[in-house]
Amino acid sequence: MELWRIPLDRDHIQTMQGVVYILDERCKGCGYCIEFCPKKVLGVSKHFNRKGYHPPIVKHQTECVNCHFCEIICPEFAIYSKPLSVTESQNPQVTV
Amino acid sequence: MTGDEACAEGALAAGCKFFGGYPITPATEIAEHIAKRLPQVGGVFIQMEDEIAAMASVLGASWAGVKSMTATSGPGFSLMLENIGLGICTETPCVVVNVQRAGPSTGLPTLGAQSDMMQARWGSHGHYEIIALSPSSPQEIFYQTITAFNLSEMYRLPVLIMTDEIIGHMSERVVIPEASEIQLFNRIKPEEKSMPYWPYIPGADGVSPMAVAGEGYRFHITGLTHDEKGYPVMSAEAHVHMVERITEKIKRNISHIIDTEGYYLEDAEIVVVSYGVSSRTSLSAVYEARSMGIKAGLLRLKTVWPFPEAILRTLASRVKGFVTVEINLGQIHLEVQRCVGGNVPTFFVGHAGGTIIPPEHVLSVLKDAF
Amino acid sequence: MSIQSDQSDQQTHPLDDLLRKDRIPHIWCPGCGIGTAFSACLYAIKSSKLDLDHVSMVSGIGCSGRGAGYINLDSFHTTHGRAIPFATGLKLANPDLTVVVFSGDGDLFAIGGNHFIHAARRNMDLTVICVNNLNYGMTGGQVAATTPHLAKTTTTPAGNPETPFNLPLLAYASGATYVARWTILHTRDLTESIGEAIQKKGFSFIEVLAPCPVNYGRRNKLKPLDVLRIYQEKSIIKHFASPSELHLDLEKGITLGKFVDQDKPTWLDMYYKTTRKKS
Repeated sequence: MELWRIPLDRDHIQTMQGVVYILDERCKGCGYCIEFCPKKVLGVSKHFNRKGYHPPIVKHQTECVNCHFCEIICPEFAIYSKPLSVTESQNPQVTV
Repeated sequence: MTGDEACAEGALAAGCKFFGGYPITPATEIAEHIAKRLPQVGGVFIQMEDEIAAMASVLGASWAGVKSMTATSGPGFSLMLENIGLGICTETPCVVVNVQRAGPSTGLPTLGAQSDMMQARWGSHGHYEIIALSPSSPQEIFYQTITAFNLSEMYRLPVLIMTDEIIGHMSERVVIPEASEIQLFNRIKPEEKSMPYWPYIPGADGVSPMAVAGEGYRFHITGLTHDEKGYPVMSAEAHVHMVERITEKIKRNISHIIDTEGYYLEDAEIVVVSYGVSSRTSLSAVYEARSMGIKAGLLRLKTVWPFPEAILRTLASRVKGFVTVEINLGQIHLEVQRCVGGNVPTFFVGHAGGTIIPPEHVLSVLKDAF
Repeated sequence: MSIQSDQSDQQTHPLDDLLRKDRIPHIWCPGCGIGTAFSACLYAIKSSKLDLDHVSMVSGIGCSGRGAGYINLDSFHTTHGRAIPFATGLKLANPDLTVVVFSGDGDLFAIGGNHFIHAARRNMDLTVICVNNLNYGMTGGQVAATTPHLAKTTTTPAGNPETPFNLPLLAYASGATYVARWTILHTRDLTESIGEAIQKKGFSFIEVLAPCPVNYGRRNKLKPLDVLRIYQEKSIIKHFASPSELHLDLEKGITLGKFVDQDKPTWLDMYYKTTRKKS
């Protein structure tokens, strides 16, 4: 049961958008990032990394609010997020 | 001044700035004296919760860049051996004094012995080389403490001073020379620009330059088997390589490390081998024997480990016999026997501990040997 | 839209500059919480604004004891239980250093328990982070001084007959000036807490609860994700709760928070004061 109050200024507050980066080869597949992402951005991938684990994949990119929780809960230094604007300028191949 | 106090003064003369201690008879006076003196020279004394902690703090202090030491006796030495091993493995300069008392276990706390000599050599697990000095007077313990610091800084390892209760509590005149007359050696530092710094790349003499915490080198050290980077490597090859490095740096510099003193060795037919307090009683026995016409000599080991093997072998080729004198039931005697290799007879004078070896006991063996 | 995945090594994790990247991946098992606790520690150090050349990490032996091996700072992997006395020597010989001890519950509270209480009593200026995974993980899951009563380990196959330590209470009773407990799920609070502890002069202690899925979890039917859900559901954050009334069980819950934050002169302050006074 989620009991969050809806902020009164929700309409005119812009939520930050983030982009998630996954370092597949560092992942050991614990699933913490997937389970505890507050926006359920991540899912389990079908592919294996070299060690035989299923790294997470981004399923709902636009939902990411760049809260960094995946980054700080990850025991493997295998995932991080950046704000969208920065990402766009540095990595023009990312399209939204 | 007592031997224990002279030891503390020697440490200060060598530039010691940290002492992590724990009280134990008969070494306590070293801690007591240096606890008073260290703050006067800007150093730190701390009495830790046990000898394990004392030894660990000494290693930590050395990695912060200061000359550090501790002093203990048998039971405490047993506890320190764990971290002495870490000091050997991580190549950490420091000095450990063992004012030996009679064991095993709590034994005779107030009475001397020389029965930790093999423990000093092999007491920490694994294969390694160690340096152990053995002083025979308060004046000599003063100088040997300085030597111990110099050797530890030069070869990057814990250096042991294996003294005993008798020397520790003996009061004799000690001359403390001017600082300008004392030669000190400080550890070789890495060259300024050598980044990335790897802590275990050996220099020309087999010893690696040593960075310390806070200098920006961001190094890692571990008691696990490690490579030149200091990183753990769990393989037989890496282990062989590492153990070779930490043993070779001592073996190849053995002639610089070993210090002995000879009396009447030129024409001696029978040579007494002794060290520490026993070498004093041995010397008076040798003088007495000479006055009786016996061609006796004395080899006094100021360095016990590494063992002066070459000197013993040379002597063994021309003398008729050896007598080892020590306060135990035959420890260094085993080394003498090993070096002599059965070519000439070897005799032993010693007992389990608690008192010195009377010169008469040595003399009677010298008289009856041949 | 397309999303980056790790096709090249060009991606840089925000902590890569503090990691010995050539040693990653680390040895910790999938789902092990030590990595998260370590990550929180690195974020706290990174945001501390300290000169990182003057920050050292010391570890003992065990799974958490491997921490020192992964931080790209001056770091010392010492003997079992002896991280605190080693760190004591390091700090006293160069008081300009900030010294963080990162180790496990077995290392710090069983074999090293004596060193812990004395360093706290002396108010040695150290930050001690204890990853508590309730057992000896490195050696295969043996009972520890922190294993809950009746829990199964390889050396208590019928259940642990002993009672575990309450670590914050022990730290408080011994004289620590900063005491907190978090879980790896509360990683933001944890990071903030480590940051405070590092800045704090004196002996700071932070217990971090972390799952050990392979050795503890497997024998006690606790999957790592389930442990984190327990942390989520059973945790009660209660700052300045009395250390003697902290809970750590499934029925009464898990009390988290900062319990002690007091100011006392450090060992070195008092050493200077007593040894330098004019007689």
